[in-house]
Amino acid sequence: MELDTALLSRLQFAFTVSFHIIFPSITIGLATLIAFWEGLWLKTHDPRYLQLAKFWIKPFAITFGMGVVSGIVLSYEFGTNFSKFSDIVGPVLGPLMAYEVLTAFFLEAGFLGVMLFGWQRVGRKLHFFSTVVVAIGTWISAFWIIVANSWMQTPQGHIIVDGQFHVASWFDVIFNPSMPYRLTHMLLASFITATFVVAGVSAYYLLKKQHMAFAKKGLSMTMWIALILAPLQALVGDHHGLNVKEHQPTKLAAMEGIWPAEEERVPLLLFAMPNMETESNDFELGIPSLGSLILTHSFDGAVQGLKAVPPEDRPNVPLVFWSFRVMVGLGFGMIGLAVLALWLRKRGTLFSNKPFLAALAVFTPSGVISVLAGWYVVEVGRQPWLVYNLVRTSEVVSPLPAERVLFTLIGFVVIYTLLLGVYLYFMRKLIKKGPPSMTHLEEQLIGMKAPGYALAWVKNLKHEDGEK
Amino acid sequence: MDLALFYFLILGFAVLMYVLLDGFDLGVGILYPWFDQEGERDHLMRSISHVWDGNETWLVFGGVVLFAAFPAAYAGILSTFYLPIILMLFALIFRGVAFEYRFKAHRSRPYWDFAFSAGSATAAFCQGLILGSIVQGVNASHIQLDSWYWLSPFAILTGFSVMAGYALLGASYLYMKSRGRIQQHAGYLAKRLILVVMLAMLLVSLWTVLSSEDIRERWFDGMNFLYLSPLPLLTILFAVLAWQGLGDTAHEIRPFWYAAGIFALGFVGLVVSLFPYLMPNQLTIWDAAAPDSSLTFLLVGIVIFIPLILAYTLWGYRVFAGKVEDYQEGY
Repeated sequence: MELDTALLSRLQFAFTVSFHIIFPSITIGLATLIAFWEGLWLKTHDPRYLQLAKFWIKPFAITFGMGVVSGIVLSYEFGTNFSKFSDIVGPVLGPLMAYEVLTAFFLEAGFLGVMLFGWQRVGRKLHFFSTVVVAIGTWISAFWIIVANSWMQTPQGHIIVDGQFHVASWFDVIFNPSMPYRLTHMLLASFITATFVVAGVSAYYLLKKQHMAFAKKGLSMTMWIALILAPLQALVGDHHGLNVKEHQPTKLAAMEGIWPAEEERVPLLLFAMPNMETESNDFELGIPSLGSLILTHSFDGAVQGLKAVPPEDRPNVPLVFWSFRVMVGLGFGMIGLAVLALWLRKRGTLFSNKPFLAALAVFTPSGVISVLAGWYVVEVGRQPWLVYNLVRTSEVVSPLPAERVLFTLIGFVVIYTLLLGVYLYFMRKLIKKGPPSMTHLEEQLIGMKAPGYALAWVKNLKHEDGEK
Repeated sequence: MDLALFYFLILGFAVLMYVLLDGFDLGVGILYPWFDQEGERDHLMRSISHVWDGNETWLVFGGVVLFAAFPAAYAGILSTFYLPIILMLFALIFRGVAFEYRFKAHRSRPYWDFAFSAGSATAAFCQGLILGSIVQGVNASHIQLDSWYWLSPFAILTGFSVMAGYALLGASYLYMKSRGRIQQHAGYLAKRLILVVMLAMLLVSLWTVLSSEDIRERWFDGMNFLYLSPLPLLTILFAVLAWQGLGDTAHEIRPFWYAAGIFALGFVGLVVSLFPYLMPNQLTIWDAAAPDSSLTFLLVGIVIFIPLILAYTLWGYRVFAGKVEDYQEGY
């Protein structure tokens, strides 16, 4: 088989960026939760919040570390594998990414040291401040990278001079049509991802009857958060979809499996095998007209389909179609669990209903999987374009020897597989080890010169948790 | 001042910050094999675990400044040095995760020690390789992406030179941050490394001057050498002062700063040789510069945020000032 540099470079980028996104989607939400708990501890002095913050800071640290090392790769991979692309869009994307480094990466790195290692070195308020800064840093980082990505989806504000993209209006570039939707959708996704990670681990403890008081607090809080955020996410996702319909109709047609150049009374497909050869769906099962209702808010609204563009301008339809269903399916699963939690809470069995707790434990990685599926919809759905309707992916790869790219691709696959195994092993180890005991927190509080009543409270909880 | 020149300075600043900051923490990793007692290795890693992330951010910053301000150079350099760059990234991954996992590991600790030291050494070597091949330049008028010329004898020499330089920074950092046996041993190593680094700088300078006519003219044409003579003279002076500082624990901070000074001077010498090229005889800063609309937009951010970054980075270092032994338990 003839090796294709373009395909290998794309596979390598897809693989490395997929691996990377796992970690920030956890840390953005988890940093926010840790800051929230630490703030509650400062305000209420309830040591349970400190225990939550102190436990989750460890999974946060290793997840953050994984995000850092896999992220550095990406900042160089544009140049190594897509040199022509880097050259022609550098004036647009370069400054956006430089702003990400200036306003987010340095900020996170600068305060992370104090957040992780500075408990005894700075006052409690300054430590809380550092945690908040790290959390805000993760949001700012998400903002810039979403701006850059969204510009590639819905480009505007540029002019093309000698084949290179120059910026005519930075305001238009930054506030491009899809940016606000994608940013809101992604930030919510990160918060929900972390929420279900915390909920899943708490449910696991409750099932195992370990660290009960700690797990109850974590589960209760996260289920309230999920009850608000998960339905909100569905609403935001719906608006995001309408935005895609307006600006990237081909992507939307792939998401919904719509083939005719224009279709009225679009069904909502529950199952189908989109067939790119026959330009139709096999084994189609759908609810008539519901697609039109969702997309156009009328039963017979017309929607543009895949055949409106020539075959070479269409993405891989089955991949987009199924990724979209995985994301939406998991999203509804999360809404269902959040609503069920409310009902169980009313009945007083939130912490003891075994099937519910087991389902939550299974849902621990649901956020991460949804985020990955969602990004496949976004990125595969944009193909064959790198910058929508303007730059074709196949035309801007570095003219490297294919075997060299194959070599590094294999290297990435081997190393990242190993790393993921190690990451999961240590996550499991941290979870098995459980939260720091109240005795341990007491010792640390003395080191931190905490006020007397805060210490008294720890002593109380020490008895509650059955420690000596 | 023209914008391309300003960004060339910013890029130089970013690279210098990177080699000084990540230089010392990569150096600590390179020195791992010379500190083989369990407690010593804990100490070495704890001395840098709160700063390595920030230090490495300068590498990302250098990369994106190149991307934003000189997109043609970013595209050309990164694709030309494809393999050494990817190898460097692999190495940085291994040493980066070692920080997180080593302390939490028991049985697998020797593997993380290896990942940390081999990763640090490989990353440093690759950076030297890339640097050497950039200095050496590409002869052809077009970039040949299938060539192996980055693995030339000269590039291998610069690879080892950068490793030695980082190790010197690491040793003098440990000398400043430690007590007792570790401090003594770091001082002993630092003295040996001063000799190695001086020899490496001499060899690299001679080789460059002898092999490139342009660089020879830059340094020796007319009165040039007289103007430029402070660079080698100060380098020798700093080396001597660092050596003296290493014999006297009353001034235990000085050797680190002199070592940093040696690095800075070497870097200035490099800029003198290459300016105004980003890729010698191929791409000047003006050829590669992005349009003004991009450069002015980023300028605002650089002017506002770089001073802030320097301020809170310095604060972060001050929070953890003093000897490693004095730190409390981690997170």
